[in-house]
Amino acid sequence: MTINRRIFLGTAAAATMAAPMVMGASHGRPRVVVIGGGAGGATAARYVAKDSKGEIDVTLVEPTRSYYTCFFSNLYIGGFRELSSIAHSYGTLASEYGINVVHDWAVGIDRDAKTVSLAGGDTLPYDRLILSPGIDFVEGAVPGWDISQQGRMPHAYKAGSQTELLKAQIEAMPEGGVFAMVAPPNPYRCPPGPYERVSMVAHKLREENPTAKILIVDPKQNFSKQALFEEGWAKHYGGMIERIGPDFGGENVSVDPMAMTVTIDGAVENVDACNVIPAQKAGRICELAGITEGNWAPVVPQTMQSRMDENIHVLGDATNQGDMPKSGFSANSQAKVAAMAVRGALTDSRVFPAKFSNTCWSLIDTEDGVKVGATYEATDEKIAKVDGFISDTGEDEDLRRQTFEESLGWYAGITSDMFG
Amino acid sequence: MRHAVLILSVCAAITTAARAEEGARPIGDAERGETVFARKCASCHQVGPDARHRIGPHLNGIFGRKAASFPEFNYSRSIERARDDGLVWDLRRLDAYLENPKALVSGTRMNFAGLKNQRDRDDVLAYLRIFSDNPQNIPEAAPTARKMEVDLPEEVLSIEGDAAFGEYLSSECTTCHQVDGDNDGIPSITGWPEEDFVVAMHAYKQKLRPHPVMQMMAGRLSDEEIAALAAYFKGLE
Repeated sequence: MTINRRIFLGTAAAATMAAPMVMGASHGRPRVVVIGGGAGGATAARYVAKDSKGEIDVTLVEPTRSYYTCFFSNLYIGGFRELSSIAHSYGTLASEYGINVVHDWAVGIDRDAKTVSLAGGDTLPYDRLILSPGIDFVEGAVPGWDISQQGRMPHAYKAGSQTELLKAQIEAMPEGGVFAMVAPPNPYRCPPGPYERVSMVAHKLREENPTAKILIVDPKQNFSKQALFEEGWAKHYGGMIERIGPDFGGENVSVDPMAMTVTIDGAVENVDACNVIPAQKAGRICELAGITEGNWAPVVPQTMQSRMDENIHVLGDATNQGDMPKSGFSANSQAKVAAMAVRGALTDSRVFPAKFSNTCWSLIDTEDGVKVGATYEATDEKIAKVDGFISDTGEDEDLRRQTFEESLGWYAGITSDMFG
Repeated sequence: MRHAVLILSVCAAITTAARAEEGARPIGDAERGETVFARKCASCHQVGPDARHRIGPHLNGIFGRKAASFPEFNYSRSIERARDDGLVWDLRRLDAYLENPKALVSGTRMNFAGLKNQRDRDDVLAYLRIFSDNPQNIPEAAPTARKMEVDLPEEVLSIEGDAAFGEYLSSECTTCHQVDGDNDGIPSITGWPEEDFVVAMHAYKQKLRPHPVMQMMAGRLSDEEIAALAAYFKGLE
């Protein structure tokens, strides 16, 4: 981007005021606080800052300094990516876009005072708040498992150290051992994610431990891209993967992390590595703000505003919005709509009709990529699907390789769209 | 009696032939097509019994063949991508390609402005058809099913794009296409001449270009939105 004078001044002002408290820097400019620096939050912060050309003061609150994308973290497990290649920092958002990046946890929201309180003790005032906190897990969703057990049975559903741990546990499996996955019920982050993960684990085991077995315990009758995954599993990993659906007890599962067992409909299985992906809900800050209904935060499709508070916009996995899947691509798409609405409200910039889209690529084996996608529009009731497509079974190798290469291009595209 | 039977079957044969004639409009005049081919195409392409690859690949069996499908021929990356997306040379796509090669395949090495005259294209295709053993998708029995080309009226091409609107719309594109023009796995879309951009997007919208994501994305863009995007991306280096 070109740095114009206003942004430069904005950055300088932010830098001058940075110590000891970040939030005094606005000088009468409207203030936007974004909570969560993932596909929704980072994109929203960048678009508000970029397109308002310094007219809006943007603060991004994100606890981690290195952000690991969930998308492509399965490829790390499969050995197709280095962990460092999915790590991103917020340096460019701060230096080139003048965003105040605060590495802290948001622990409370006062909707009347319009302030956010941080674990470190600071309070951030806002004119508009954008919440993109991702997911948390529903307590008690898998009997025997809670978050304190994530060291023995990782969820690896927030990328980073959990992903590393899961990979290390797979590598430590004995010859011919069993890898189990407890798959989540709908709705959850990244619908094809668990099944791409199984593909990547199978790829790794085929190379390193070919007599090992994979057991999926699944409460769902059907899953995303099912025909494509099942075709691919039969083709590449014949016999290695067994899935127990609800008809055979997949709904009735408990685990014992100390004993390393999974109990399916009363039958106890010994396992050597176990990936528990529990039922999910909106990131906890949504609940603390009092903008959830059930497990998720309902939003107005045209602007992504919370249905409970017009000064708060909610993005991505945390929302209940209609037909879009919970994915990084969806969050990125919603972020641009929200950024436009926020700018329109705070600076009278032009507002255009909302458009949404999503595409999810999955890797089944080396250069065997598939995809599913759709476009969406805002109706009064929900974000509604307009049109979609999915890869076909039986596609030739060239097309699958091209789809995989396209996913690499997409990764480069979306991460530069998020982090600048 | 034998005589009568013979007459009857002759009548039946004539009737059948007449019906076929009525439903089957030939693509064009192959004889005239041969002269157009000699003038416009033969400097790069050969067709016929002894045809070999020259600057362009030979054109025997072109109908129904997958694009860029001779492993020994050195194609552009662009047409290989279209091939992998499923581009097959049926009548409709050959016609679109002959009219404006870059509308269908942006980076094609076929350095040819296109045959703008529909009759020339019809005749050349009728000529090429002679050298395809097993032509597919040639709607000789249903000429009305034939879609001619990237069908863009002058008023669509002349819409002045609103670049500010295009900038907003572009945020959908930049999730995949990098705004700095880098391309790895997904082509660059920055700095294109506006008309090429507009024609390419309409070719996706009309499902002449094969990629499913792009058909879907372009499919819901209005003429104004396509023009706005073209205006915005043209300005990016």
